[in-house]
Amino acid sequence: MSHDNHGHSAHAHEHNHEHHHEESFLTKYVFSMDHKVIARQFLITAVIMALVGMVMSTLFRLQLAWPGQKFWLVEFLLGDKWGKDGILDPNMYLALVTIHGTIMVFFLLTGGLSGTFANLLIPYQVGARDMASGFLNMLSFWFFLASSVIMLLSLFVEGGPASAGWTIYPPLSALPQAIPGSGLGMTLWLLSMTIFVVSALLGGLNYIITVFNMRTKGMSMTRLPLTIWAFLITAILGVLSFPVLVSAVVLLLMDRTFGTSFYLSDIYIGGQALEQSGGSPILYQHLFWFLGHPEVYIVLLPALGIASEVIATNARKPIFGYRAMIGSMLAIGFLSFIVWGHHMFITGMNPFLGSVFVFTTLLIAIPSAVKAFNYITTLWKGNLKLTPAMLFAIGLVSTFVTGGVTGIILADSALDVPVHDTYFVVAHFHIVMGLSAVLGMFAGVYHWFPKLFLRQMNKKLGYLHFWTTFISAYGVFFPQHFLGLAGVPRRYYTNTDFPMFDHLVDINILVSIFAFIGAAAQFIFVFNFFYSIFRGPKSEQNPWHSNSLEWTTPMAHTHGNWPGALPVVKRWAYDYSKPGKQLDYVPQTVPLEEGEVDGGAH
Amino acid sequence: MSHEITGNDVEHGWQGGVSPFKASYGKLFMWFFLVSDALTFGGLLCAYGFMRHKYPDVWPIPGDVFTHFPFVEQHIPLAYVGLMTFILIMSSVTMVLAVEAGHRNDKRGVIIWLFLTIIGGLMFVGSQAWEWYHFIVGTNHGAMRNVWDPEAGKFVDKIFYGANLVTNEYGPAAFGDFFFFITGFHGFHVFSGVIINLVIFIMVVKGVMEKRGHYEMVEKVGLYWHFVDLVWVFVFTFFYLL
Repeated sequence: MSHDNHGHSAHAHEHNHEHHHEESFLTKYVFSMDHKVIARQFLITAVIMALVGMVMSTLFRLQLAWPGQKFWLVEFLLGDKWGKDGILDPNMYLALVTIHGTIMVFFLLTGGLSGTFANLLIPYQVGARDMASGFLNMLSFWFFLASSVIMLLSLFVEGGPASAGWTIYPPLSALPQAIPGSGLGMTLWLLSMTIFVVSALLGGLNYIITVFNMRTKGMSMTRLPLTIWAFLITAILGVLSFPVLVSAVVLLLMDRTFGTSFYLSDIYIGGQALEQSGGSPILYQHLFWFLGHPEVYIVLLPALGIASEVIATNARKPIFGYRAMIGSMLAIGFLSFIVWGHHMFITGMNPFLGSVFVFTTLLIAIPSAVKAFNYITTLWKGNLKLTPAMLFAIGLVSTFVTGGVTGIILADSALDVPVHDTYFVVAHFHIVMGLSAVLGMFAGVYHWFPKLFLRQMNKKLGYLHFWTTFISAYGVFFPQHFLGLAGVPRRYYTNTDFPMFDHLVDINILVSIFAFIGAAAQFIFVFNFFYSIFRGPKSEQNPWHSNSLEWTTPMAHTHGNWPGALPVVKRWAYDYSKPGKQLDYVPQTVPLEEGEVDGGAH
Repeated sequence: MSHEITGNDVEHGWQGGVSPFKASYGKLFMWFFLVSDALTFGGLLCAYGFMRHKYPDVWPIPGDVFTHFPFVEQHIPLAYVGLMTFILIMSSVTMVLAVEAGHRNDKRGVIIWLFLTIIGGLMFVGSQAWEWYHFIVGTNHGAMRNVWDPEAGKFVDKIFYGANLVTNEYGPAAFGDFFFFITGFHGFHVFSGVIINLVIFIMVVKGVMEKRGHYEMVEKVGLYWHFVDLVWVFVFTFFYLL
């Protein structure tokens, strides 16, 4: 703290010991309504869920590289029923890919990413004492935890967890007799997701209202850091799209339990006609992807916001094109609602309608490119501080571009049809949405760890973590493009049953080896994370010399964030290396000098 | 209380950047919740339109289905649902008056108008139960349907009366399914609205709002109530008129 040259922090220090009142352990750490504690609760829950999802991926990567071979690990983790003699059961394979996808998309990158950083940063960066409603915020976390627990419980029911893929298309998911994984496990999946949506809704409403109504004096919308803009747009997308998932899921529950036929038509099971008929499985796909596509940006936008902040801070340069960044995020948010048909090109839709979806989908490339170029131009000739967070943020820019390029290919219906449901698609979305969001989340954790836990993470382990993760991530997903172009379909238990894929076995082995290295690298992070929570060196108040408001609070978890009055904002958040200033950063609370122009107008 | 927000909240007035809505956070909460709920109904109604489009020739004409009226022998198309709609819209009017009385801090006025709103809501839910009953029982003549006979273990042709979730005499199964689901989902909203109104009503009678000095809670539940009415207007249009 003493390194800080600005008077306001010294003033803040005097009031450091002011606490509102003593809180018990239960109200402080368990049933807390404080945004900082809730952010930590979200983060730790998400880290645990992500580890489960990651271990699952190593299990099915074992099977894909060495099909039918015996592995001690498989039998150890899955037992006699699902891993007899160490061979992965085909039904369990389907369950593993389903739950891996569900956990990673929803629990890590939706609940975990937004839940952690929107909760932590929104009140801090807009200059509020807490969220608009601390109580609903607490409920949001507890619903999230409940849905996580139910999802984990579904792993242990008879018949196994849901196995119809993370998109749970009917009729596979609608008929309990269809596959073992469509029984109780599927019902629990639907229950868990419904609770998850409640959590996302409560959180999202809180984020929106807090950004709109709780900003401190001087914090106009165009002085907000880009993280806040990203969280705001993410929350709006969530509030608009998750309810439609609820409609889809509730209708599916009706079909499963009450004999309605919203999604079922002309189905024979064992030669017997099914009583339910007259529905349409395509209807489910429309409803699902109306959520499903905005969901991609719900996952991605917070990571992009984090990258904006981390890159500007560590390049010691104002973010390039502040307003263009806001505009492109708004454009991405809007367009994400009118592109869902590109997931359904092969459902027999009218080719004209298909071409409309091609057009709207290709349009997204424009704002996305604006963002990518703005990151690159911010980095250009910057005074780069290559902290682990910065490396992860630059890694995000890399994967965002790589995955975006294959996105253009998939957006075109003529090119999409041959690679539909192949590993090309797997490679595309893992890179552009999975990797980018995960790298962004890591960047956020390394950057704001001092705000989360008041300590620093180990830098050397951070570098090791980044390079092994980044190299092995490309090692996993880049070769999958070639698998996909060769026609290898996704979600198949084994490819060796098809002689035409025999010559591709080596690629699968390569992919799996990289997957294991990448998975092992995450334990470096887990160790670093938990070790630093307790034993990391104490952090100074503003370790990255950053401008935004969260670094003006003392390094302590006081309730109400600022010990004295709320800070008053005098300028935008990106005055780095401003000519004529003594330091290369000017916090938002420093008044404009006479004749000085506030940034962000371009 | 540690969790009360000091600073720029309702009591202290706006202190931040330009407030885009000039509304308290509670009211904004309600607004955004309603937007999101509207999307749920939007999803359901789009699904309904999708399915109806799939059966352009055999979809039943609502005027032929909903013809019952209490205490009347003749069949009058859509008269009963028209009455239901009227009752619900009137309950919106009384809600407006309750909110207006709240602005004047007129406790007696709020009590009267909120009470009438609750009565209107209950009448609507009751009418819906009556409507469902007649939809489920069906007509005297029924219709020939190919239905599953569990004893014979196969599908047989027989006269089917009324409606359940699997079959109905009026048209495709989807007609009955969507009727039950969407009107049921809406009815559930009305029912929860009545409960919420009742809670607020009790709070008003006990003088909680008087102590607070404002009746903003009435305004917030009013928003919800108008939303439920508005949704009904769409449900009514798509299910009964078109």
